[in-house]
Amino acid sequence: MTCERLASGNSILHLADPRIKIVLASFLSVEVVFLKTMAALILALIWAIFMLYVTGLKKDILLKRLFFVNVFIVVLWLVIPWSTPGATLFQIGPIGITREGVMLCSAITLKCNAIVMFNMALLSTSTIFALAHALDHLKVPSILVQLFFFSWRYLHVLEEEYIKIKRAAMLRGFSPGTNLFTYKTYANILGTLFVRSYDRGQRVYWAMVCRGFNGTFWLLSHFRLGSRDLILMSGMLILGICLLFVEWSTNWHL
Amino acid sequence: MEHQLALIELNEISFGYPNCGLVLSDLNMRVQKGDRIALLGGNGAGKTTLFHIILGLIRPFSGSISLLGKRCIEENDFHKPRKLIGLLFQDPDDQLFCPSVIEDVSFGPLNLGMNRDDALKRSRRCLERLGIRHLEKRVPYELSGGEKKLVALASVLAMKPRILLLDEPMAGLENRAVDRFLSVVAEEDLDAMVIITHLPNLIKDHVNKTLVMEDGSLKEQTSVC
Repeated sequence: MTCERLASGNSILHLADPRIKIVLASFLSVEVVFLKTMAALILALIWAIFMLYVTGLKKDILLKRLFFVNVFIVVLWLVIPWSTPGATLFQIGPIGITREGVMLCSAITLKCNAIVMFNMALLSTSTIFALAHALDHLKVPSILVQLFFFSWRYLHVLEEEYIKIKRAAMLRGFSPGTNLFTYKTYANILGTLFVRSYDRGQRVYWAMVCRGFNGTFWLLSHFRLGSRDLILMSGMLILGICLLFVEWSTNWHL
Repeated sequence: MEHQLALIELNEISFGYPNCGLVLSDLNMRVQKGDRIALLGGNGAGKTTLFHIILGLIRPFSGSISLLGKRCIEENDFHKPRKLIGLLFQDPDDQLFCPSVIEDVSFGPLNLGMNRDDALKRSRRCLERLGIRHLEKRVPYELSGGEKKLVALASVLAMKPRILLLDEPMAGLENRAVDRFLSVVAEEDLDAMVIITHLPNLIKDHVNKTLVMEDGSLKEQTSVC
């Protein structure tokens, strides 16, 4: 499925225990959010890139995902540099770009990319099913795990139904243009999509219930916390502490 | 035997969808041990709805349902019967959601509380019998329609149901797959089976009773076609 395209592979991160990966991903995400110095943030980004490199995933898929994240960041770059008060760095016409604004934007860019990359390297390398199972093991409330799992499951359903409906429309000679007919057709497609996805979602749930599903996700290949996982975990924790050390020891503050 | 225990007993079931009137009206149905029933009826006659009502997925407007001798009223009452009555959905895509075929097939056994090794063994045997063992590692949503259907059947059979409800199992299967499908189902040690089909000729050797759904209720047809 769309979001599981990265889950197959043989790298150390693919093979690691999903429970460890979830813990590490949460830890790193929170840590990076609280980092304040440029040195630590740049280090975090380099580390995140290195981890993605280790996964051996295809560059084009990774870049495409990062592109979507950075589209939002571009919007920030258009607004924050001149709207943040501070020492003017340079002047573009009547607009003054402030040093504080640029630093803030750089920090957001670095943090955002580092967090997304950490999560791609750690979480995208597991199947959603394995993650759901791991969350179960980490004693996350079952209702949240189910919410997470079914959101993903039905997102896929939506996508699938959309492709089917769109194909059916194309096959009957529909080509989108800028006219009322196109808008009406899209409205119909959207309406049908919602109704059909709702029905489909319900049937998927029924089928699971019919096979004895009661909220627990059992996994065929069970997780085993191996020495490799422990090494990964301690390695990452040491690096995490190093980040904090860099954070405290430099005074290259924002 | 007149007083044989009914495995599935529906009394005076009525149900309808909004803006469609009643799909089922005062429907009665009795499935007994040894029954092999073909369920016929036009499109939209309510055959699939009937299956969903039997397993408590949809609640009827009125009427009573007894499964395996026990009256089922609330959601909880259906939990146990669902483990013993296997339902094959019309669309296999509704049934398959795991990242690999083998995981999908063992989803049921694991839910039944089996340990992983036994579940795996049982699932593999099911795939083997259906002649699709080679699909084990494949991703279910990338399979062809017919293959999906067989995997969905394997996922139902892996629960070792006593009763099978098959919703148009042969639609979209090539002849050889139909034969294999029917012979596997015939080998199963089942108490009863109901097959919804539009191709009664294909299964006439496998059924001993034919019910036709018409105007919301069931009528027994004495001779198959």
